[in-house]
Amino acid sequence: MKLALSRALPLIILAIVWELASRFELVSSSVLPSLSDVMASWWEMVKSGELITNGAASLYRTFAGLGLAVAIGIMLGIGMAWWKPVNALLAPLVEAFYPMPKSALIPVTVIWLGFGDGSKILLIFMGCMVPVTIGAFNGARGSDQALVWSARSMGASRMRMLWDVVVPSALPELLNGIRTALALSFILLVSSELIVAREGLGYLIGYLGANGSYDAMFAVVLTVAFLGFACDRIYQMFMNRMLAWQD
Amino acid sequence: MAGLDSTRVDLTSAEAGRENLAVIDSAGNETDVIRGPALTAPPLPWGDRYGWTALKWLSVIVVVVGWELFARSGAVTPFVLPRLSTVLLRIWTDALSGDLWANTGVTLYRAIVGFLIAASGGIVLGMAIARIPAIRWFFDPIISVGFPMPKIAFLPVVILWLGVYDVSKISMVVFDAIFPVVTATIIGLQGVDRVLLWSARNMGAKEPEILWQISLPAALPQIMTGLQVAMPIALIVAIVTEMLMGGYGLGGSMMTASRYADSPGVFAGITEIAVVGYVMVKAMALVRRRLLIWHQEALAPSTV
Repeated sequence: MKLALSRALPLIILAIVWELASRFELVSSSVLPSLSDVMASWWEMVKSGELITNGAASLYRTFAGLGLAVAIGIMLGIGMAWWKPVNALLAPLVEAFYPMPKSALIPVTVIWLGFGDGSKILLIFMGCMVPVTIGAFNGARGSDQALVWSARSMGASRMRMLWDVVVPSALPELLNGIRTALALSFILLVSSELIVAREGLGYLIGYLGANGSYDAMFAVVLTVAFLGFACDRIYQMFMNRMLAWQD
Repeated sequence: MAGLDSTRVDLTSAEAGRENLAVIDSAGNETDVIRGPALTAPPLPWGDRYGWTALKWLSVIVVVVGWELFARSGAVTPFVLPRLSTVLLRIWTDALSGDLWANTGVTLYRAIVGFLIAASGGIVLGMAIARIPAIRWFFDPIISVGFPMPKIAFLPVVILWLGVYDVSKISMVVFDAIFPVVTATIIGLQGVDRVLLWSARNMGAKEPEILWQISLPAALPQIMTGLQVAMPIALIVAIVTEMLMGGYGLGGSMMTASRYADSPGVFAGITEIAVVGYVMVKAMALVRRRLLIWHQEALAPSTV
């Protein structure tokens, strides 16, 4: 308890400094609205449902894109590690696509799928697939050869080995890749919604900023930041759970 | 034998490895069998030597030709997918008119200046956090909360404070790219082998000497990894900020093309950005190999 407080204290200090700075007009409230005003307008937006509907739209896009990316990325990554021709075919494409700043694809996804959900889901899918694929590939390739050999000598079929030996030993790297993808999905979501969208949290930020309601804009910015942080923490707990069998 | 092998290499790497062992076995070289397949690469059969290289190029060729043919086939409008040749022609004219170089230069300037500020600031902050308890107490929670946040959401706030010109774009790049550098520096410094520090102290080294000559070099592999993560982030953020605020730069000109429904311009922009990203990532890997030539990782075969 005491430890938690000591860890939270710097953040609390920052919050108090923020509140006091705008209370005592050290900075103009149009540039930095006070924390209490921000919280008040956050509550207003929750009550009016504005934050909830836009938040739901954003989360739907994130998890649809991320879910697709995880499903297909795992298949690609393990396929590349397990069948050499698949690797030879896909590795150059992954290597060329990997360093590409994925946000550059925003205009193209809009050309292909318009302003709605589809273009965001496609963007998040394409961006997140890369870290998942690379994680699955590195994990599966690094699986202990002795384990593979002993499974084979005990008469395991290829599919059986894939499932019982390769997938579990690929898990740590794979889960790390998914964690990178999770962070990336939020970045891509917000940037695509800021640039072109008609709903969603990123859209709301841009809309409120353009209207000059800065306290509401700060409220949404903090909400997005908190969502990204919370998803990462929850995922980390899940990851520790999944890897509890490791030493 | 070689013919048999080339029909069998499309199995798992484990199986391919066993196949190699068998070859060695039949040659009667037993010590090699003990050392394992990784260190004892026998001369590759023909299929291994040329077949895989051919297959690697095949996928690239299929994508390039497939794009061109699919766009020509009329199944999609040129707006949805312009021909590759049109896009390449567009890049060529941009290059001739000088637009390409001006835009690339502006984007690279923002990304690299931001990256350098984030790198130096991140290393200094990381060193301070690793060594000074009060600073660690204050910054540790902030960094662990700030790292997983989608910092791009703060972009409108930064625009509000700093305007839409270079200052706000570069600040955004720094804000985003500094986190991986700080965490990597902390991890690297904390992981320095204690025996190294003890023996340096024993031989009478002063603290600054230990920092510069022992701790930082020993932490360099980790720090480089952090920088390698930060570089693509810097580029991504530079491009997103340009897309949002408009103006010059690869992202800005792509957004302009998008507004005018100039689809070849959009695809040319993506291709240019992809090439710039590829070059930057490769350059960072090269820097790493140069700086860490003394480190044992340089002996291992490079992966990506």
